[in-house]
Amino acid sequence: MQFVVDLATAFGSTLRDVAPIILVLVVFQVLVLRQKLPRLKQIVSGFVLVLIGLSLFLVGLNEALFPIGETMAAQLTASNVATTVHEVVWSDYLVVYAFAAAIGFATTIAEPPLIAVALKAESASGGAISAWGLRLAVAVGVAIGVSLGCFRIVTGTPLQWYIIVCYVIVMIQTIFASRAIMPLAYDSGGVTTSTVTVPVVAALGLGLASNIPGRSPLIDGFGLIAFASVFPIMSVLTYSLINSKFERRKNSPPHVGH
Amino acid sequence: MTSILHAIVGRIVDAVRDLTPIVLVIAFFQIVVLQQPFPNLGDTLVGLACVLLGLALFIHGLESGLFPLGEAIAQAFTRKSSLVALLCFAFCLGFGTTIAEPALIAIAAKAAEIVALAGHIENDASVRDAYALNLRLVVAVSVGSAVVIGVIRILKGWPIHVMIISGYLIVTALTFCSPPEIIGIAYDSGGVTTSTITVPLLTALGVGLATSIKGRNPMLDGFGLIAFACLAPIIFILAYNMVA
Repeated sequence: MQFVVDLATAFGSTLRDVAPIILVLVVFQVLVLRQKLPRLKQIVSGFVLVLIGLSLFLVGLNEALFPIGETMAAQLTASNVATTVHEVVWSDYLVVYAFAAAIGFATTIAEPPLIAVALKAESASGGAISAWGLRLAVAVGVAIGVSLGCFRIVTGTPLQWYIIVCYVIVMIQTIFASRAIMPLAYDSGGVTTSTVTVPVVAALGLGLASNIPGRSPLIDGFGLIAFASVFPIMSVLTYSLINSKFERRKNSPPHVGH
Repeated sequence: MTSILHAIVGRIVDAVRDLTPIVLVIAFFQIVVLQQPFPNLGDTLVGLACVLLGLALFIHGLESGLFPLGEAIAQAFTRKSSLVALLCFAFCLGFGTTIAEPALIAIAAKAAEIVALAGHIENDASVRDAYALNLRLVVAVSVGSAVVIGVIRILKGWPIHVMIISGYLIVTALTFCSPPEIIGIAYDSGGVTTSTITVPLLTALGVGLATSIKGRNPMLDGFGLIAFACLAPIIFILAYNMVA
């Protein structure tokens, strides 16, 4: 019974989040476009499936994954406090970095918006970019990013230096990257941090910042999402560089792009 | 009906593959590292089943509903060829999806708390609420404008890297003039504003526009709307904090 209530609540809140989108779509359709959309029935039923699917997904996450993930983040970050009362040594938290990388990778693979963008990229590129390759590249980026973000919280170093260095690396990579991959790479930064990743990663940051002496959860708890948004850009650009190297080796005479 | 069921069964197989890493990671750290038993194994399994089914339905609905919708709208706008209407639509979509975004509501409240603690605004509930609401409006306007700029870019075929890198330079410059308390929030806010339904819709809209406009390539021009929607809030929050 409780489950049905949860599901109804989740459906209600999903509907509320989506209401502005539906409103904008309907207003423009009725007032501006005034054309019959093709396959309207299929679109509406698809939209309903999206809503039901998202609600089920959220209820399930709340039931199954988030409680364990959040307790684990708290336990892992707390377990070292007793041994390091006086000073924080970054290497005391190796398990935390490993957990951060593993959970960052795993949650990104399951991230629905990333699946959407990857499917679209595969079809728009005519199969030149594989949906799986893209998702793996993004997930590796998030894994490295979240892990480094935890290192930053432990050491208490300023966030902006890391992010600005990342920006510089992205700029350098941009010089060498093919123009076709750039928009997708820049997009991939925003799609990774969503429904699945944010709650678990936020719990991790909050746990670390509140358990390490001298860190404030209010200030140092932030920043992990920023890492998780900028690293995928680098990893996707790297992935495309490696990919084009392989392509060039496979296709001789050298393949000329458009 | 049977074809839908058939498709969904296929999606469930995909969903199992997508969720295996999470299950493995959590099981490994719970059993091997923390050496603790699973709490409420029954609830967890029911929850996992929901996640699987939910993901399968979501992806199926995405391909049969959300993607065609975004493309149909893009095509309808190109046929109508009214630039003003298209840009208004882009702004409303960006603004509307962001203003109601739960993650943004949470982050705005936190930001108000931090800024008040640091003494930049008065530490009073009504002042904090006003600050948080203004911040949400600022971010929503920034995402709306970002989508508008992104759509203009698709129409004109401007190179994205020049625009994004200029954005990075602006962020870097603003960072040097901002108090450290706000930087973390500003950087994080870029990632949280783009939600699960906005992303597929914006992607389909961008690719749809690039496909239906002559001389545009869906790969080169269709993507990038989300990149702008992620960068703009960082710039606007840092700037807002300096003005407020």
